[in-house]
Amino acid sequence: MRAMVYRGPYKIRVEEKDLPPIEHPNDAIVRVTLAAICGSDLHLYHGMVPDTRVGTTFGHEFIGVVETVGSSVQNLKTGDRVMVPFNVFCGSCFFCARGLYSNCHNVNPNATAVGGIYGYSHTCGGYDGGQSEFVRVPFADVGPTIIPDWMDDEDAVLLTDALATGYFGAQLGDIVEGDVVVVFGAGPVGLFAAKSAWLMGAGRVIVIDHLEYRLDKAQTFAHAETYDFSAYDDIVVHMKKITDHLGADVAIDAVGAEAEGSFLQHLTGAKLKMQAGSPVALNWAIDSVRKGGTVSVMGAYGPMFSAVKFGDAVNKGLTLRMNQCPVKRQWPRLFEHIRNGYLKPSEIVTHRIPLEDIADGYRIFSGKLENCIKPLIVPNAA
Amino acid sequence: MAYTAEKPRLAETSEQLRARIPGWGVDLDPKDRPSVPRERFDPTMSGAHWDFPERQPEHEPRERSNEHKFLTPVFGTACPPRGVSGMMRRYAYNYSEARSAHWLILMVADRVDALESRLRSRVTSARSR
Repeated sequence: MRAMVYRGPYKIRVEEKDLPPIEHPNDAIVRVTLAAICGSDLHLYHGMVPDTRVGTTFGHEFIGVVETVGSSVQNLKTGDRVMVPFNVFCGSCFFCARGLYSNCHNVNPNATAVGGIYGYSHTCGGYDGGQSEFVRVPFADVGPTIIPDWMDDEDAVLLTDALATGYFGAQLGDIVEGDVVVVFGAGPVGLFAAKSAWLMGAGRVIVIDHLEYRLDKAQTFAHAETYDFSAYDDIVVHMKKITDHLGADVAIDAVGAEAEGSFLQHLTGAKLKMQAGSPVALNWAIDSVRKGGTVSVMGAYGPMFSAVKFGDAVNKGLTLRMNQCPVKRQWPRLFEHIRNGYLKPSEIVTHRIPLEDIADGYRIFSGKLENCIKPLIVPNAA
Repeated sequence: MAYTAEKPRLAETSEQLRARIPGWGVDLDPKDRPSVPRERFDPTMSGAHWDFPERQPEHEPRERSNEHKFLTPVFGTACPPRGVSGMMRRYAYNYSEARSAHWLILMVADRVDALESRLRSRVTSARSR
C-alpha cells in the first residue's frame, strides 16, 4: 500500500508499505478514503515530539471503509463507512468508564501521561496513522462510528479531531451567558472553538492571530471580533483596554507548542527544543483573562517542561482546564448541530491534496502558504 | 469596569446575538454539553464488551514506561527500535516519564535514527548501482 512516511525533521515522502495485519481480535483494517493534516502533525514534522521514529506514518484524522474485522468485532462489518476518533481507547479501563477516552490506560505502553493516538509517535503508543491507504484500527467495537448517510465526507473527517477539539475547548471554558471569550489562534481548532463559544451563550468572541487571511476567516466563519497581535506592542495591554481593563472571562489557547510572538520563547521552544514548546499563547491567555477567570488549553505541548507563567495563574485565582479531547463523547451533540445547520465544518477546508503529493501539503501547511487553513489528503486520488 | 462592581455592558444583548448568530445559546444549559460533568461513570457507555481486553500477542520485546504495571493489552507495532537509536530508546525507558533524562535521550535518539536512516539509504542506493 502507499503511505506517508516520516524520514526525519522536515522530511517526509510516500513509500510502499506492507498492509497492516489484524493484531488483536477486536481490530479492524480500514481503507482510508479521506484524511487530513492536523496542526499538531506539524509538531511531529518539525521534530518536536520525543520518540518519533523514522518510518512512522502520521495521520490521526481520517475516515474510511472497513476492509477486514477481527474475530471478536460485533458492531462493524466489511464495507461499513466509518469515521474514527483520533483517540485509540479500550472503553473499559478506569478512565474510559468515566468518559475520559483520551486518557485510556490500556493502549499506550510507552507513556502513562497520555492515551493512544493514531500516527502520533511512540510517545502516544506507536500506532501508524491514516495518511495512507490502509490503517489498523484497534478496539473497532468502541472507537469507530458508522457515518450517517446524510453527512458528507469532509464534515465527517473534521469531526474526528478539529471540530470535536474546538467544541471541547469551549466547554472547558465553562462559558455562561454573556461571557467575553478570547481565543488565541485562528487555525482550525481556534475557529471551531470561537464558533462553539457562541453556541454556549458567549456575549462577545474575540480571536487573536497574526495571519490576516485567518483572521478574515474568523470574522466570516466564526462571527468573531479579531485582532492581529503583531500590530500591537503588547497584545495583553490591548486586551485589557478593549475589555474595560477587566480582562476576558474565558481564554482559550488554540495554538500550542509553536506559538510566535516572543523571540526568546519561540527560539528556545519551537526551534532549539530546550522546552516542550513555546507557550506564548498560553501565557497571553493567563495574562489576558480576568482574575477568577478560566483558561482552556487545547494547544498541544510536548511532555517536558515549559516556561509557563504559573505565578500569575496562582495570583489571579485562575481555573486552568485542559485535556486531549475525548472525541466520541462529543459526536451525538455535534451530529445534531451539523444537521441543524449550526455548524458546517467543511467550510474551513482550503486544500484537497492527493496522498502522493502529501509532502507538498506539509510544506504548504507548515509555511502557511496559499492561505492554507485546513488541508485534506485524498488517498485514492493519485 | 474593573474598578467598580458592575460588569462592563456588552455591545449586543442575548436577543440580538440569537437573531444574528445561527445556533446562539443552544448549549447554554450545561446539561446539553457532552463533557459536563467531566467524569461520568458509565462502564456501558463505550460499547466495550469486556472487563479487561484480551491481550495482543507480543511477538518481540516491547519497550514500555516503567510507570506501567505491565505491558498494556493493546499497543502499536510500528517501527520497533533498531540500530544505535534503538539501543538508546530502550535505555531511555529505564527512566520514568517524570525524569528529563527519559525525554532528552529519546529526542537525541530521534536525531540518531534520522542519521542512521540516511546512511542506510546511501548504502542501499550504492549497492543497487
